[in-house]
Amino acid sequence: MTSALSKTPPAPTPPPGTALLEIDRLSVRLPAGRAARPILDEVSLHVAPGETVGLVGESGSGKSVACRTVLGLLPEGSRAEGQVRVRGRDVLTLDRAALREHRSRRAAMVFQDPRASINPLHRIGEFLTEGLRAAGTPADQAAATAVRLLDAVGIRDPHGALRRRPHEFSGGMLQRVVIAAALAGEPELLVADEPTTALDVTTQAEVIAVLTRLQAERGTGLLFVTHDLELAAAVSDRIYVMYAGRIVETGTTDELFAHPRHPYTAGLLACTPRIDPDAPPPRPIPGRPLSLAEAAPGCGFAARCAFAEDRCSVERPDLRPYGDTLAACLRADEGILS
Amino acid sequence: MSGSSGSSGSTGLVVQGLCKAFGARTVVDGVSFRLPPGGSLGVVGESGCGKTTTARMLVGLERPDAGTVHLDGADRSVRPSGRAGRLAHARGVQLVFQDPYLSLDPRITVGGCLDEVLRLHFGWDRERRRRRVAELLDQVGLGEREAAALPRRLSGGQRQRVAIARALAAEPRVLILDEAVAALDVSIQAQILDLLAGIRRASGIAFLFVSHDLAVVRHLTDEVVVLRDGRVVEAGPTPRVLTAPRHPYTRLLLDSVPRRGWDPGRIAEGRASA
Repeated sequence: MTSALSKTPPAPTPPPGTALLEIDRLSVRLPAGRAARPILDEVSLHVAPGETVGLVGESGSGKSVACRTVLGLLPEGSRAEGQVRVRGRDVLTLDRAALREHRSRRAAMVFQDPRASINPLHRIGEFLTEGLRAAGTPADQAAATAVRLLDAVGIRDPHGALRRRPHEFSGGMLQRVVIAAALAGEPELLVADEPTTALDVTTQAEVIAVLTRLQAERGTGLLFVTHDLELAAAVSDRIYVMYAGRIVETGTTDELFAHPRHPYTAGLLACTPRIDPDAPPPRPIPGRPLSLAEAAPGCGFAARCAFAEDRCSVERPDLRPYGDTLAACLRADEGILS
Repeated sequence: MSGSSGSSGSTGLVVQGLCKAFGARTVVDGVSFRLPPGGSLGVVGESGCGKTTTARMLVGLERPDAGTVHLDGADRSVRPSGRAGRLAHARGVQLVFQDPYLSLDPRITVGGCLDEVLRLHFGWDRERRRRRVAELLDQVGLGEREAAALPRRLSGGQRQRVAIARALAAEPRVLILDEAVAALDVSIQAQILDLLAGIRRASGIAFLFVSHDLAVVRHLTDEVVVLRDGRVVEAGPTPRVLTAPRHPYTRLLLDSVPRRGWDPGRIAEGRASA
């Protein structure tokens, strides 16, 4: 057990040599001018090969900024400190050629809106094969791969689909195409940023089924970013909860749901409406979600927290282990939530 | 039961055989339900099921091709004539839209937006309207600072509170909430759900929740109708429908709600049979 008073807490790192993705104390800020503000503050997370990890947060939490750094995408003009390592290589220091290689072979991303991810003027076949062709795959081989992928994501008549254009597909079908394209380069790591938020519930279920099946078959590591705690719980082995630019709690899905240590995690659990017949009505969290720039220097959640003391808004809590979870709460060991 | 079969004699919102087609596409196909005074009814379904078109017909934003809508015995399917008729028509049923960023005029302050509704519907002097605006804002948890603000200065949750206050300003008998909490962060969503539950208890206004979210519907409604391709496939008390669904499509919707230990693979099979 680490002393609660030790100055530098253990960095939440994976066992050496096992991580596929390691985001290591990543801070991002927009420098200079009127837009100057911090966005992320020492965010650390890791994903092992084949593992599904959920990253959960509300607006302004920084979850999208954090997950996009995995592809080397940073907000315009921003400065990053810390590292984003994929298979040990820091993505943030890659040159253009290495970054292209990284994006076509190692890591791929699925965004929320499939219609914004696909050029509406191009045929689905071009969209699926352009990455492979750019990487030197012969045209007929790339087309064969595209057909196989479309079949794998459940598109009927994959041959015919290659010749069709995005507007001929429904949102759910198009998101399957985007997933197929993301898997085309056989990436080791897939980042999915709210991939089903724009879809109907039954379609969401189907797309998630496709995503998780392919991910399991191929042993792809998956970082699943969502605002929906129930959805994260349904697909993830482990979950990170973000609030105001920081990770506030992380643990296995079961542990996090059974024994949340951070009041924000507990609050999120309590405010999510549940379908089970015996579930209590959703209990609101007062106030609104803050971004890092708006939050107090101490705990970002202090202003909304029922358990906050004076020191909470001044003193920044570090992530510390409690049982099998890590939580960033000054009062986490006081049993305030039990 | 007071003979509620005849639409003219029954109270609340009575919808019978509503139909609407856009070109060759039938969007709403014989939808009927009844929302008693002070009741709460959920209309659930996926995109394209006709739920929003139904809501728009109830308010008068679309004209039904067939079918009737009665509110406390008055026929709402006929277009009202004259200014007074239109105003009375509009007052009865108010609508809160999904997107609080789009449903408020960006040039008008929050206070001004509520005042406009009061000016339209009630012959009150400025002082009386001012008091009522403050009262309405207080009812939705907003204060003087927000009253003077333009919508862009408010958060999404605050804007939705304004939209609710604006709907309440007309003192409607029925409030239609079309995916009114879908765009909000979950912690804010719970605040708005709480607010709505409180308003319903205090005011006796009947609520019609149009939603794709069964969990939200479970917590806010007494009755529910499930729409698919413009038709009602199942209707009944919310707890019964959500625990013992009779239609395969309702079961599919329920199975699709993500939760721990959820098996999305099963849903594809369910869809084939629904």
